[in-house]
Amino acid sequence: MRWLVALLLLALAAPVTAQDTMPPAPYAYTQLEDPAQEEQARELMHTLRCLKCQSQSIADSDAPMAGDMRHQVRTRIAAGESPDEIREWLISRYGDYVSYEPQISSTTWPLFVIPLIVLLLAGTVLLRRMRRKS
Amino acid sequence: MNLTRLRYTLWGIVGLAAALFGLFAYQLSQPKDEFVHSAMIGEPMPAFDLPPAVESRPGLSSADLADGTPKLLNVFASWCIPCAAEAPQLEALERAGANIVAVAIRDRPADVNRFLAIYGNPFTRIGRDDISEVQLSIGSSGVPETFVIDGDGVITYQHIGDIREEHVPILLEELRKAGS
Amino acid sequence: MIAEIGLAALWLSAALAVLQLVGGFFGARDETNELRALVRPAAVLQAVLCVISFLCLVWVFYVTDLSVKLVANNSHSMKPLAFKLSGAWANHEGSMLLWITVMAAAGGLIAFIERRLPERAMMATLGTQAFVGIGFYLFILLASNPFERLSPVPADGNGLNPLLQDMGVSFHPPTLYIGYVGLSVAFSFALGALLTRNVTPEFARVMRPWVLGAWIFLTIGIAAGSYWAYYELGWGGWWFWDPVENASLMPWLAATALLHSASVLAARDALRTWTIMLGVVAFSMSMVGTFLVRSGILTSVHAFAVDPERGSFILALLALYIGGALVVFAMRASTIAEGQRFSITSREGALVVNNVALSAILGIVLLGTLYPLLTEAFDVRVSVGPPYFNPVSAIFLVPMLLVLAVGPLLRWRRDSLARIKWPVIVIVVAILVVLIAAALFAEMSILPLLGIALAAGVGIASFMPLRGRSLRRTPLAIWGMCIAHFGVAVSLFGMAADSAFQQERLVAANVGDTIEIGPWEATLQSISPVAGPNWTAMQADMFYSYEGGPLMEGHPQARSFWAPPGETSEVALITRWNGQLYAAVGNMAEDGRWQLRLWWKPFVTWIWYGGLLIALGGVIALVGRVVSDLRRREAEARGEARPYPDEVEYADYDEVRSIAGPEEAKS
Repeated sequence: MRWLVALLLLALAAPVTAQDTMPPAPYAYTQLEDPAQEEQARELMHTLRCLKCQSQSIADSDAPMAGDMRHQVRTRIAAGESPDEIREWLISRYGDYVSYEPQISSTTWPLFVIPLIVLLLAGTVLLRRMRRKS
Repeated sequence: MNLTRLRYTLWGIVGLAAALFGLFAYQLSQPKDEFVHSAMIGEPMPAFDLPPAVESRPGLSSADLADGTPKLLNVFASWCIPCAAEAPQLEALERAGANIVAVAIRDRPADVNRFLAIYGNPFTRIGRDDISEVQLSIGSSGVPETFVIDGDGVITYQHIGDIREEHVPILLEELRKAGS
Repeated sequence: MIAEIGLAALWLSAALAVLQLVGGFFGARDETNELRALVRPAAVLQAVLCVISFLCLVWVFYVTDLSVKLVANNSHSMKPLAFKLSGAWANHEGSMLLWITVMAAAGGLIAFIERRLPERAMMATLGTQAFVGIGFYLFILLASNPFERLSPVPADGNGLNPLLQDMGVSFHPPTLYIGYVGLSVAFSFALGALLTRNVTPEFARVMRPWVLGAWIFLTIGIAAGSYWAYYELGWGGWWFWDPVENASLMPWLAATALLHSASVLAARDALRTWTIMLGVVAFSMSMVGTFLVRSGILTSVHAFAVDPERGSFILALLALYIGGALVVFAMRASTIAEGQRFSITSREGALVVNNVALSAILGIVLLGTLYPLLTEAFDVRVSVGPPYFNPVSAIFLVPMLLVLAVGPLLRWRRDSLARIKWPVIVIVVAILVVLIAAALFAEMSILPLLGIALAAGVGIASFMPLRGRSLRRTPLAIWGMCIAHFGVAVSLFGMAADSAFQQERLVAANVGDTIEIGPWEATLQSISPVAGPNWTAMQADMFYSYEGGPLMEGHPQARSFWAPPGETSEVALITRWNGQLYAAVGNMAEDGRWQLRLWWKPFVTWIWYGGLLIALGGVIALVGRVVSDLRRREAEARGEARPYPDEVEYADYDEVRSIAGPEEAKS
């Protein structure tokens, strides 16, 4: 009896969310046969941003679009594209926003230069102190 | 560290904090742009060939978009509520002479037929995209979105979200620009 | 009625805060001013009233008083009791009330307990605490009143976001908040010391236990939050470098640095300016974090209660308090005399390296978190995520961990590596052996490889400071340090092992199918609907067996909530000492098979065990400090002079002074 009530409630609850009823793309929830390729795909998917979600990678999301993006990644890897090519392909569609891995460019260089400056600064301060006392 | 240098460093930090607060204040005053814009504006349509989504209309391929006439490409789905809301505006655009083609995202033919029966069918062609393939390849990140494609198949404009009444003239103007 | 009592209590505490500020101001200028007598009672009473106010809010949530707007918006009569109560703080207004309650409670405790500081410094500290408090009282009373009534009264409430209907949420935000806001104490002590020119070892000793307390809560809060994200989001990730996560990490990094630099100041009267700076920065990071979460200017998976107008209010508070503190600091810094000097090969030297590295990581996290905001001002959107944060912070983390292994073995002031030659060799050999073995026998990328090797080194090194000591006479603070450092190694090992060895299986399974994953076999026995108080779910009944051993049960669910509507994935976790099997169930495919997601995550639980060990180390050190302070007070009451443990520690090494030679000894 209890499960019947539950099923009824489930059926009632379902139409509330406006989402498609289509099955996910073939490789949205299916891994590639070749473990090495799947590993490549997995690493890449963890660095691509889900565009319909709030700050999640496509590897961490149930959104249908994230599933479709995973399908793209897996089929392209299986077809022999390199992860960097796929990232480039997506960036040429959506801009840098889609990649969690900032590419060094005219807009992102401070991200890499500032840590370098911090490192040099920290290094010189420590070296100086060492020399002074030895 | 001698004292003068310490003092300069500290005032430097005060300056940095002030700049940070300035940035915060500026961003607070800006309306937040939640949309992800396509990076494909000005680029030719990537090659694709989609089967028809319904029997009454042919499918859509990239070649159809480079046949000399500028078009509107509507990315929609029957399960998307804003897509239904923009139907009157699409009809207005059609009446104004726009050639509108569509891609149905993750949709079943029966559902698309029902949707078109209720909300009208302003489309000349409807391609069926079950895995968001074309959607991804043109940098669209949701439904509905409407693109303006010129006669050579180059994407010239992207409208994100449902088309409201005030957007109709903008889209017609973009379409006119794409035609000249 | 209860809501009005809560509101009245809040107004009264705000008034008391003003009184405390006035008293503190005059008391700090002149220690004979009679107004200062107001300060301590005002602080204590304020704490009591705030607690009453907060309990009133919990009460209206307990009885689901829907005439209170906040309850109507965030609760529902059918919600389980635990989540009704946690609903009190799982929203903007309630969490701000929790914020001010923690702040008032911390101020009240200090006023009630702390007697060691000079009166003027104490008055300045409590005055600052009140000054910061007033801003937040204004914010709550003017812009986020939690007790606002609603008319007409709705039939039922809107409920709570399903993701937040979880025991993790009942527990994680209050813990984090106590940590966040507890750091206001460091801020107040630092400003109090700065304003009264009283930056002394005494000040560091007084501040340290309070910071330690806040830091313990922060550590537990971050670990709990990470575990919550791990099991609630359903994809096995435990840290996403999400802006809100970073917002909790940044105060922790600053507080950790502060604890270590305060040790140097307490024992050796060095790093005075630096310690003050960290005191200001730690709480500033708490406020910046709150601002980022509440204003909604950054996109985050945890974003809630986003409101730009409230954002402006918090920004104004930020500018006033952080900006004000930094300006005071810049003006006063020259009056803080430089502290004692020391050699880089010494305990202080190691702690300086630790501080520099922690601050650098803090800087990088801040940069990476805010960078997208900066580019958005120029209409360019970028994302900064794990592929940036992991390697860039590792640049500083790796040397820091190496120094962490060796530093505690060094003596204060001046030492030579030759003296600790053997322990260093043992540590280095351990690191190298693990590094080479892991590189040869396991396919690992560079970061997990370094992580595992360093975890081995730090793990062995963490208990070396106990070498040659009588274990019973070793101060508790030393024990605390060893355990916390060991926790770092444990946690690091968990992180590295999970990222190097985890296995993933995504399958569409029929009922009766058995799936192999790593050493496990998982069987989908049946799948059926179940109902909870405000949700229904499809539940997979699964059996799991490790290397053919006995069957264990676990029931992942795909839940649908209806008030408000939403879906969550309830995962099944099968925990062994060496890791966790993580199972989640998705939708049914067209052919009737079910989507299952399975992960075998070796040693993943060690991440949080490590976090708890770090916190435990903090607790032990805190107990040690408090006990030794009580003993010292008793001894003083008897008229005996009793030195601080720091001084004893330092005196142990006094022979170093004679080796150092007369020219060194006089500085």
